[in-house]
Amino acid sequence: MTARRPIDVTVNGRVRSIQVEPHHTLLEVLRDDLGLTGTKECCLVGECGACTVLVDDVSVDSCLMLAVEVDGTSVTTVEGLAAGDRLHPLQEAFLQTGATQCGFCIPGQLVAAKALLDLHPHPTRAEVEDGLAGNLCRCAGYGQIVEAVLLAAETGDAAP
Amino acid sequence: MRAFAYERPTRLDDAIALLTEQGADARLLAGGTDLIIRLRDGSIRPRTVVDLKRIVELDAEIRDGEGGLTIGARTVMTDIAADERVRHDYEALAEGAAVVGSAQIRNRATLAGNICNASPAADTAPALLVYGATVVATGPAGMRRIPIDAFFVRSGVTTIGVGELVTAIELTRPAARQGAVHVRRTRRRGHDLASVTLACAVRADGVTRLAYGSLGPRPVLVTDETGLLADPAAADTAKMRRLEELFFGALPSARSMRASPEYRLAMLRVLGLRAVATAVARLAAGSPQA
Repeated sequence: MTARRPIDVTVNGRVRSIQVEPHHTLLEVLRDDLGLTGTKECCLVGECGACTVLVDDVSVDSCLMLAVEVDGTSVTTVEGLAAGDRLHPLQEAFLQTGATQCGFCIPGQLVAAKALLDLHPHPTRAEVEDGLAGNLCRCAGYGQIVEAVLLAAETGDAAP
Repeated sequence: MRAFAYERPTRLDDAIALLTEQGADARLLAGGTDLIIRLRDGSIRPRTVVDLKRIVELDAEIRDGEGGLTIGARTVMTDIAADERVRHDYEALAEGAAVVGSAQIRNRATLAGNICNASPAADTAPALLVYGATVVATGPAGMRRIPIDAFFVRSGVTTIGVGELVTAIELTRPAARQGAVHVRRTRRRGHDLASVTLACAVRADGVTRLAYGSLGPRPVLVTDETGLLADPAAADTAKMRRLEELFFGALPSARSMRASPEYRLAMLRVLGLRAVATAVARLAAGSPQA
């Protein structure tokens, strides 16, 4: 009914030229058009953070952004964290501390944690808790998640 | 989400023309953290969404002018909370911006959007009220400046007219030294809407300004010119009585699920007294970081 709009966006390092419906969110386009289902759909009101992605290295809730708004930007989803077969230090740390539990919130937690560590490479526990306040875990595995981020901050320097 | 036309004007005049022509059928998109929720739940059904992020006259800058700071319409909460000038001269605003939503929300949500959305619980509104901020708006009749206290009407309603949009928010440099703070009460620590949100600024000349939100249809500013609240030696019981007088207009909704009206009124006084104490201490310390 409305015209699709062309956008150019870099997703996990790959340049894409796609057509999007103006009323489709970034979340919908990532999952349904690009098949990147690591980013989760959950509350759809910006409360839970399961849909967190990076837009130009800044964390956002992709359910609260129209896909047309990312025209000209670079988007990183959880699929973009690992380098080939080598997991990101955060992903290794989540595995080590047993932070994953059911796993549903984890893509959002990982991406939000990456944004946090990019800004504060050595955060305090309080800074981690505050930085991840927009990411809910219904398993309530917050203890292990915070531990994982602190562990990744310690080990991340050594990682390439 | 229902389909709509998407417009991304690059010039302010084009945006104003669109808004003037379409009236209530057009909605402005800045950060989208409120708008997209309402588009999805169907509470608004605009024909056109006008994205203002490519308008060259609107920026995301915080500018130092002779009279104070000017915050561009596209400036997001993260940048306001982190700005050294805001933290130094308008500490309550930096603190209010720092608790809006989550990091993800603060990376998108703009100050202009927060006030235009006009939620009674907006965490930046009390600080803007105590600092006497000015809203700069441009429309078909040109540019005008609206004192923030004359901007809010009720939930979702401001004095912005058809075809007008907010281009910046101005903060006048305080004439006298002051100590200020933002405090709030939420159901849980972290990401939540406020049951009470409040800012207080105490000036060296003894004038205390308090503004509170989430206790009525719009955020409210009250002023104590007696000098009592600013007096470090005055008893808390006397200050509490004064606060009760000042807060007579608080009218919390009985329908809100976040907190009962009785609880909100009680917490308003408690937070008011705490905020006064902190602001007085910060004024005495002469340092915003105290």
